[in-house]
Amino acid sequence: MRSKTVETLPEATVLFAGDSGDGMQLTGTQFTLATAHAMNDLATLPDFPAEIRAPVGTTYGVSGFQLHFGSVDIRTPGDEVDLLVAMNPAALVVNLDRVKPGGTVLVNSNSFEKKDLNLANLDSNPLEDGSLDKYRVIQVELTRLTRETLKDTDLNQKQIDRSKNMFALGLALWLYSRPIEPAQRWLESKFGRKPEIRDANLELLKKGFHFGETTEQFVTRYEVSPATLPPGRYRAVQGVQALAMGIVAAANKSGLPITYGSYPITPASDLLHALSRYKNHGIMTIQAEDEIAAIGMAIGASFGGALGITGTSGPGVALKSEAMGLAHITELPLVIVNVQRGGPSTGLPTKTEQSDLMQALFGRNGDAPMPVIAASTPGDCFEVAYEACRIAVKYMTPVVLLSDGYLANGSEPWLIPDPDDLRDFDVSFATETNAEVDGQEVFHGYIRDEGTLARPWAKPGTPGLEHRIGGLEKADGTGNVSYDAANHEKMTRLRAEKVERVQQDMKPLEVFGDESADLLIIGWGSTRGAIEAGVTRALNAGHKAAAVHLRWVHPLPPDLGEVLSRFDSFLVPELNNGQLVRILRDRFLLPFEAMNKIQGRPFGPSEIAKKIAEMVG
Amino acid sequence: MSDNDSQNDPNTPKGRKPTLPPGMGTPAAKKPTLPPGMGTPAAKKPTLPPGMDKPAAKKPSLPPGAPSGDGASGLTRADFASDQDVRWCPGCGDYAILATVQRLMPELGVPRENVVFISGIGCSSRFPYYMNTYGMHSIHGRAPTVATGLKASRPDLDVWMITGDGDSLSIGGNHIIHIMRRNVDLQIIMFNNQIYGLTKGQYSPTSEVGKVTKSTPFGSIDHPFNPIALVLGADAAFAARTMDRDPKHMKDILKRAHDFKGTGFVEVYQNCNIFNDGAFFDFTEKATKSDRAVFFEHGKPLVYAGGTKGLRLDGFNLKSIDLDEGSWGTDDCLVYDETSLELATILARVYWHDELPQPFGVFYREERPTYDAQVNEQVQSVIEARGKGSLADLLAEGDTWVVQ
Repeated sequence: MRSKTVETLPEATVLFAGDSGDGMQLTGTQFTLATAHAMNDLATLPDFPAEIRAPVGTTYGVSGFQLHFGSVDIRTPGDEVDLLVAMNPAALVVNLDRVKPGGTVLVNSNSFEKKDLNLANLDSNPLEDGSLDKYRVIQVELTRLTRETLKDTDLNQKQIDRSKNMFALGLALWLYSRPIEPAQRWLESKFGRKPEIRDANLELLKKGFHFGETTEQFVTRYEVSPATLPPGRYRAVQGVQALAMGIVAAANKSGLPITYGSYPITPASDLLHALSRYKNHGIMTIQAEDEIAAIGMAIGASFGGALGITGTSGPGVALKSEAMGLAHITELPLVIVNVQRGGPSTGLPTKTEQSDLMQALFGRNGDAPMPVIAASTPGDCFEVAYEACRIAVKYMTPVVLLSDGYLANGSEPWLIPDPDDLRDFDVSFATETNAEVDGQEVFHGYIRDEGTLARPWAKPGTPGLEHRIGGLEKADGTGNVSYDAANHEKMTRLRAEKVERVQQDMKPLEVFGDESADLLIIGWGSTRGAIEAGVTRALNAGHKAAAVHLRWVHPLPPDLGEVLSRFDSFLVPELNNGQLVRILRDRFLLPFEAMNKIQGRPFGPSEIAKKIAEMVG
Repeated sequence: MSDNDSQNDPNTPKGRKPTLPPGMGTPAAKKPTLPPGMGTPAAKKPTLPPGMDKPAAKKPSLPPGAPSGDGASGLTRADFASDQDVRWCPGCGDYAILATVQRLMPELGVPRENVVFISGIGCSSRFPYYMNTYGMHSIHGRAPTVATGLKASRPDLDVWMITGDGDSLSIGGNHIIHIMRRNVDLQIIMFNNQIYGLTKGQYSPTSEVGKVTKSTPFGSIDHPFNPIALVLGADAAFAARTMDRDPKHMKDILKRAHDFKGTGFVEVYQNCNIFNDGAFFDFTEKATKSDRAVFFEHGKPLVYAGGTKGLRLDGFNLKSIDLDEGSWGTDDCLVYDETSLELATILARVYWHDELPQPFGVFYREERPTYDAQVNEQVQSVIEARGKGSLADLLAEGDTWVVQ
């Protein structure tokens, strides 16, 4: 055995791809955990089909998990792949164009039989026909080695073959000098009650790791040094986990019980799954009969003095829009989470997109504005969820929270926040009458707070404050039904003004990059990492650019106009056909240039950097 | 007549003149009973319908023959009337339902601040505005969802849901079946007038086939729902039927629904005197009521027509028997058991039957756990098992590492 040379890399991108039954998401997740333990910065992109078990071996059944990690600042799941692990020909052909020239392709050579090639619609074997010439190909007999390793166990053939991802994981961990222990600990706890399965997987993991050491195919092993992250305790967090924990934090800091109503929908179901585990944190979850019921239940809970939250994706928001209007006119606190996916209609359920912005801003009958907040990274989902809840209660308004499939499923290292550092979350319920009619003390539901314009929140059960609310227009002050013409205009303007006042709670915008640049990039939501990494690359290439990222899309930050006034040209990259750009053009009458990608995948930094070069180069 | 006129036209009901239902205190007068708030001095609450400007009298406008009185809570009927003008058409059956509910409230002994009325959209759904309790007039068909969310998170509240046949059986059909299976502890009063009133007269999901309305000038072809059978099919735990013209029966049934721990579904036949006048007169008016309606009770034989007729179970079918003629006696009549789903199913299917009377009463009652209790018990059991969650622990859950 020769000793291997070790090469140190600043960053690397690995993509695990196989059948949707091959366990690629699990493999990716465990590689991510090991990478987190190696103290690298990282970003991930799970990419799976909408079908649960598409026919084995076909291209449309390919499931992938991409991971970008490094000792440097990692902002995206990576433009180009350094190592593709392909479990079958379909996984290879679907993902090959993402591998950088000269990159490594590791294949399970046992799965390139004639029938496998047919399933992937290949006329010839790519391992033999020269189509992989520009890559470094490593053929590993994953199936045979797995069977060999487990031949003395009582597991059946199917169970044995299904475990081969652990061999691949072990090998990948070795290749990038990742610790093997986190995966071992996970297997031990996961299969603690199934010792045979546990032992088989542990054995394969180790065999894969050792295989790298012994095989002649690898002459080089890589190392990626720890990243320089701010000090503190970290964990890897997925956007959906962070969002759920942000909601728990809101319950904790406000003392409000939270009722989460939801109907299963990709990619928002995981939020329901996560929150349903947090019953001892003051969260009640209800799986409703449909999207409308889910928001109706949340509104009912808010009327009762809990904080109602509903989560869904774009098609669900379409169904909820009438009830969102009800929450707007009854001025009850409510959070509507939209984990966006590719649209329109059913669209691309498992792919990411930012195409529901206009829906969030305007998708209701009547003038019914509501604050719209958007998360920018998986970890940011925590803060944004907390903030959405806080603003909903403070201003007595429904708030739309926009996440997306990439944020929900993607993960990154997360500096664990200290609950004491969260902004105060005060709640005050009305307890006393607030008006006098004919010498009688009465309660009027629409007398507003001067600062926030919020109306009082009076819980049923409070004596003397009995009142009625509803979807009919309200008389200013009393809240009684009113069809008065001037009152309707006044109330419409009051409700809009109240939403505008959320500006009071916004932190100043931060400009990233070169503030003396002519070009400013304006982004919102999950494109932040790609935009800022793209700006960094452009700056390194000598192209001056700056970027500003919007957390609140409605109302727009109060200092946005001032920031814009410092630049001459503007680029608005979005994963849609041009939505924020229209809002900005309407509001500021400046030459905003749209940059749109509508492929169900996030931007890569190179795309942004290339565009910057075109504009300023 | 303009659209607006149709809402305010103070016509008395057309068709046969209504008379007092039997079993109601005061003896029936010759003149037709006027709907509450009309003719006889009106009370403060509910206030006069629009277009009527007679000065209000001291006495509240109770349904005819209804006793007034203070309840255990020390509150009176007037305490449950809001200060809002009631805007239903004069002569509408809704007035009787409002008056009956306001009259029942003090007897229930529930503190007023703990009572919440949730409604959908339609004439009936304006109801919460007229109750001096907490209330929400929500959106079309969705009242069950709002009520479920409220009751689940606030099981201490006494929640009532108000809906109509269009609201609950058409646009809200999905929610009505799900609230039934969940058995949320609240009362549902479904005003069934077999017509769309607020949108001015289209056929509803309970309208009879062939109905000529504005939207069906050549007659409707839709097969109608049988609401009691529908909710039984959705595993309702409590299903009952009553009528606007029999406030005493209505009050008894509503009280039973309230006493029931679970979803108390009550269908109320309610006359829309503007768009579907007399739809239920067969069952509600003196001339025909005795022969066309049977008021049944748990543990009692099914007897009607003043004791001269009964209903006998013949296989799976109900047969009318003549109790005067000599061959049959009361002992031959079916003794009703409201805990039998089989009997409830048979009785519910006696629906606009040519030869059998329409049944009124509690069709079915099944004691089973309520959704709101169970959802809260589950939360409690998790807290007991795991302790109250710590946010700091949750945030730091799983594999963590420290960067110096």
